[in-house]
Amino acid sequence: MEYLFFVVRRLLWSVVVLLGLSIVIFTIARVVPGDPARIALGPLAAQEQVDKLRTEMGLDAPLPVQYARYAGGLLQGDLGRSLLTQQSVNSDVRQTFPATLELVLATLILALAIGLPLGVLAGRYKDSLFDNLGRFVALFGVVTPSFFIALLLQLLAGYVLQILPVSGRLSPNLEFEANRTGLLLIDSLIAGRMDVFGDAVRHLILPTIALAAATIGQIARLTRSSMIDVSRKDYIEASRAFGIPNRITTFTYMLRPSFIPTLTVLGLEFASLLGNAFLVEMVFGWPGMASYGVRAIMQNDFNAVMGVVMVTGLFFVLINLVVDVLLGYVDPRIRIKGSQS
Amino acid sequence: MPDDAPLLSVRDLRVSFRTFDGQADVLQGVNLDVPRGTRVGLVGESGCGKSVTMKTIMGTLATPPARVTHGQIMFDGQDLLTMPAARRNRLKGTDMSMVFQDPTTSLNPVFRVGHQMEDIVRWSDRRRGIQRNHKARKARVLEVLEMVRLADGERIYDAFPIQLSGGMRQRIIIGMALLNEPRLLIADEPGTALDVTTQDEILRLMDDLVREEGLSLLMITHNLGVVRQMTDHVYVMYAGSVVEDSPTAELFDNPSHPYTKALLACVPKLDGTATYEGIGGSLPDYTDPPAGCRFHPRCPHATDRCLTRPPAFTVRPGHTAACWLHEPEAHA
Repeated sequence: MEYLFFVVRRLLWSVVVLLGLSIVIFTIARVVPGDPARIALGPLAAQEQVDKLRTEMGLDAPLPVQYARYAGGLLQGDLGRSLLTQQSVNSDVRQTFPATLELVLATLILALAIGLPLGVLAGRYKDSLFDNLGRFVALFGVVTPSFFIALLLQLLAGYVLQILPVSGRLSPNLEFEANRTGLLLIDSLIAGRMDVFGDAVRHLILPTIALAAATIGQIARLTRSSMIDVSRKDYIEASRAFGIPNRITTFTYMLRPSFIPTLTVLGLEFASLLGNAFLVEMVFGWPGMASYGVRAIMQNDFNAVMGVVMVTGLFFVLINLVVDVLLGYVDPRIRIKGSQS
Repeated sequence: MPDDAPLLSVRDLRVSFRTFDGQADVLQGVNLDVPRGTRVGLVGESGCGKSVTMKTIMGTLATPPARVTHGQIMFDGQDLLTMPAARRNRLKGTDMSMVFQDPTTSLNPVFRVGHQMEDIVRWSDRRRGIQRNHKARKARVLEVLEMVRLADGERIYDAFPIQLSGGMRQRIIIGMALLNEPRLLIADEPGTALDVTTQDEILRLMDDLVREEGLSLLMITHNLGVVRQMTDHVYVMYAGSVVEDSPTAELFDNPSHPYTKALLACVPKLDGTATYEGIGGSLPDYTDPPAGCRFHPRCPHATDRCLTRPPAFTVRPGHTAACWLHEPEAHA
């Protein structure tokens, strides 16, 4: 029961956050210099034409009215129309977002799968050779920009060794349309196309590693230090004094409390992951939201910019909601306090 | 093994720590006995080596940086320091168990109380080759919760520590130590973190349990009131060695070591007659301790003899003090 309260509270807060985000991004998109109608029509268009377009687009109305219209559309899931492609932003996003999502989710999974054990073992065997080596690797991952790692990987795996594809999501000779979830890995499995699945995995490997390096380092470092922190707690000494075996003490009694800070940071790490994803997508020619978003920003295509931001924001909020719910599960102190206040 | 031999007997225990300032000789030959069925106190100010002694006995001392350089810890006739690790582990939490000091930090915050208690039973069962299923283990946990006078055991079993009061948590910590019917209970100032009323309840409870279960108790504390209330025999520790040991009543009537005298003079009296003096100076630096008796720089009776370390002289039968003032010739 306490848990349900906790989840509902978090859910309501997410709505508030998204509302705030929409106001902020709307304001920013409208106050940047440059007349969207003028940009859309080009420098040679007559002023009457521009004015006509402004009226059509509703740009002559006061800002609050414009926002109300935009928010109304938003509530119905309508992101408006792109100035550039003349398509609805919804369909643009639907085409590009799944690729980004697939890359980011794969990165999260890889980062956890490598970073967490690395941190746990480094913390457990503090100052050992493994720990020192692990710390070096983790630090390298954190300080090296992801696009640089991306270029290195391309050079090494794609050019020198020629074992993995360096560009795109799928080999051009494969005919496949991801029309269920948009995620190639899942859709190909549903359709039973193992050839497509394998090819998609091969394309995914390099961008995922490039994007995950920093997060792996972050998770490993954080987990290591919280493992060491927790190992000094009285309850761990107690667990030893009561004769609980070392492996149980380490992997149960130490790991769960140590995982709390890691999980918290994971939600935040997600924001930088999306930012870096844009760079990595550029390097690997990944057909995600990156090129779409960057082009929209350059051209002051405000509906597209807002659309990309809102979708990214929604996604960020969702991930953090999941993180919070998991945190509440892992740490009873959070959900018990959360439901009381 | 004759039954009158002490259950726990520590002989000339020396422990050093590797620090940035060099080697710190923290324990300087500690001797103490816990006879079967008695309650023994180990008293001293913070930093005197009580906790290191306790951790060395329990085997929870982190090595490195610590190192046991010398000594014996005989438990029921066997030396804990030389026995194989597996055998020693079998004793932990079973034959010898420990009551931790701070109820707010000694329970794992993210596991339910029942889970933590049952795990202790489960793993000690496995080490001892006992077969018990979840139901039997839970029954034992509930039984122990009742022993420590916690009503509503079922609710506590399912609770997280944060949902319980400090006093309840301290009772749970005592219960944890009792789960496997220990013979020796080592208690590290239980209840210090609680308010005095609750602390008193906890101490009474411990006292009752020790009598009911026929346990031997080693109580570590800096509180002389607790020593008086809870122990039959007391060891006074200063800077890594025992300076005086005596039956409890005798110690309060006839303190013999200058340090013990000073310590007793620090206890405020209700009638306001005692002058609250304190002891000048502070504990020595363990990496560069004073030669001889480590108390001599703070001692009003210090002479040149004190530059040589005094052995424990017998003051009366069963009462010794490590001070040259009590050298037999000096009395003659």
